[in-house]
Amino acid sequence: MSQELARSGRVVITGLGAVTPLGIGVEKFWQNCLNGVSGVHQISLIDPEPFPTKIAAEVLDFQAEDWLDRKDARRVDRAIAMTVAAARLALDDSTIQLTDELKDDFGVFIGSGIGGLNVMHEQTRIMYERGPSKVSPFWVPYMIANMPGGIVSILNDLRGPNVAAVTACSTGANSIGDAYHVIKRGDATMMLAGGVEAPINDIGVAAFCAARAMSTRNDEPQRASRPFDLDRDGFVMGEAAGVMVLEAYEHAIARGAKIYAEIVGYGMTADAYHITGVHPEGRGARNAMLRALDRAGVTPDKVDYINAHGTSTPIGDPAETLAIKGAFGDHAHKVAISSTKSMTGHTLGAAGAIESMVCALAIRDQKVPPTINYETPDPACDLDYVPNVMRELPIEYALNNSFGFGGHNVSLLLKRV
Amino acid sequence: MSEDILSRVRKVTVEELSVKEEEVLETSSFQDDLGADSLDVVELVMALEDEFGIEIPDDEVGEIKTVGAAVEYIEKKLPK
Repeated sequence: MSQELARSGRVVITGLGAVTPLGIGVEKFWQNCLNGVSGVHQISLIDPEPFPTKIAAEVLDFQAEDWLDRKDARRVDRAIAMTVAAARLALDDSTIQLTDELKDDFGVFIGSGIGGLNVMHEQTRIMYERGPSKVSPFWVPYMIANMPGGIVSILNDLRGPNVAAVTACSTGANSIGDAYHVIKRGDATMMLAGGVEAPINDIGVAAFCAARAMSTRNDEPQRASRPFDLDRDGFVMGEAAGVMVLEAYEHAIARGAKIYAEIVGYGMTADAYHITGVHPEGRGARNAMLRALDRAGVTPDKVDYINAHGTSTPIGDPAETLAIKGAFGDHAHKVAISSTKSMTGHTLGAAGAIESMVCALAIRDQKVPPTINYETPDPACDLDYVPNVMRELPIEYALNNSFGFGGHNVSLLLKRV
Repeated sequence: MSEDILSRVRKVTVEELSVKEEEVLETSSFQDDLGADSLDVVELVMALEDEFGIEIPDDEVGEIKTVGAAVEYIEKKLPK
């Protein structure tokens, strides 16, 4: 790697790319977050009629042709197309000039909870309807969950480390945390990091309905995702891609880059408890938060904002509440907590990425986005969830929580620079 | 050479490889001139099978290197 600058191991966020149900482009996404806009609607990508859940948070204005040439746009999985867009937006936002030397030292860690589920579903249907000889040769490359990051590296000629985390709903946070470690230990100067999910198709909706995990508040889509509210009845599926540019601090300073925030702590644990259920006391989640704080050498009372995993499920939200109390003690009642899934829905593999962006933007603007649809307090969820209206707040440290099926727990701690 | 078959092969090629119609000449090589890679060729062959209602065995795909060769191959395969 280029050694012209002594490196401290500090890593900063210098570009954000968001393709979300609240808008394409980070400023539109962020303004809608602050304004408490819901991105949930009746499903339009498929006919929702056969499913118990008929609502989702879709990226309504996304067109693959806007981001890829016609041939690729026609056949790549929607997850790949959305990732290409998010990566483009993040690179543009960072204003980085890619040199040949830098490209060797610029990696990509972008994961997906599932991968190319649309291609997988469509080609499986073709195999049963028309026979194995009609299965596309592109099934393998467009289905595998590492291909979004693979294609981003190809299109942008980024030749550094390239790995895709697959940790369900903590994928995006793992990707960012792992990329942070890559730069911290000197294996790259810059990284694109994030996650993607495009699960809204027949099998995706059917499968999550079968898991009994989703809200069925079909007649009130915009009120369906209601984390920590007493009347929550499950999560709302969403689709998104979130990619951020991470950069060695000295490199960012030397080129005069705009810096959103610094990543200072990355905690990872496993529940070791159940395939889909969270540990009832939030054991793994608590320890992930404590590890992130410990790695940063930061005491819990210094944290001003937590972007909760907060999916709006009956069991998950109280467990996270207990986990926050376990990690933060008395400060748990003072820290501002919000779940932006109340607006974006649960974007699965992208969630940790777009919610880390929320933390970075909250630090930049010193504003906390709200938890919308918070109407009736639940005695089991008794912390300050910043109900319904955004709040101006001095924020030095912000923490993002992401938890995934399989018992994966990730906490990322961001600091104002 | 059948003009009807040629125009249908050109149409399928334009659709599958996302190239401009005027680029697709009888002499055009799918891989050398029209930018197809090996996976594109597999998909193109599948589309030609659908268009003409024929089966193209894997060991005969090698005969179909250009637009003109595809037309000739399809003429042989179609019921007279």
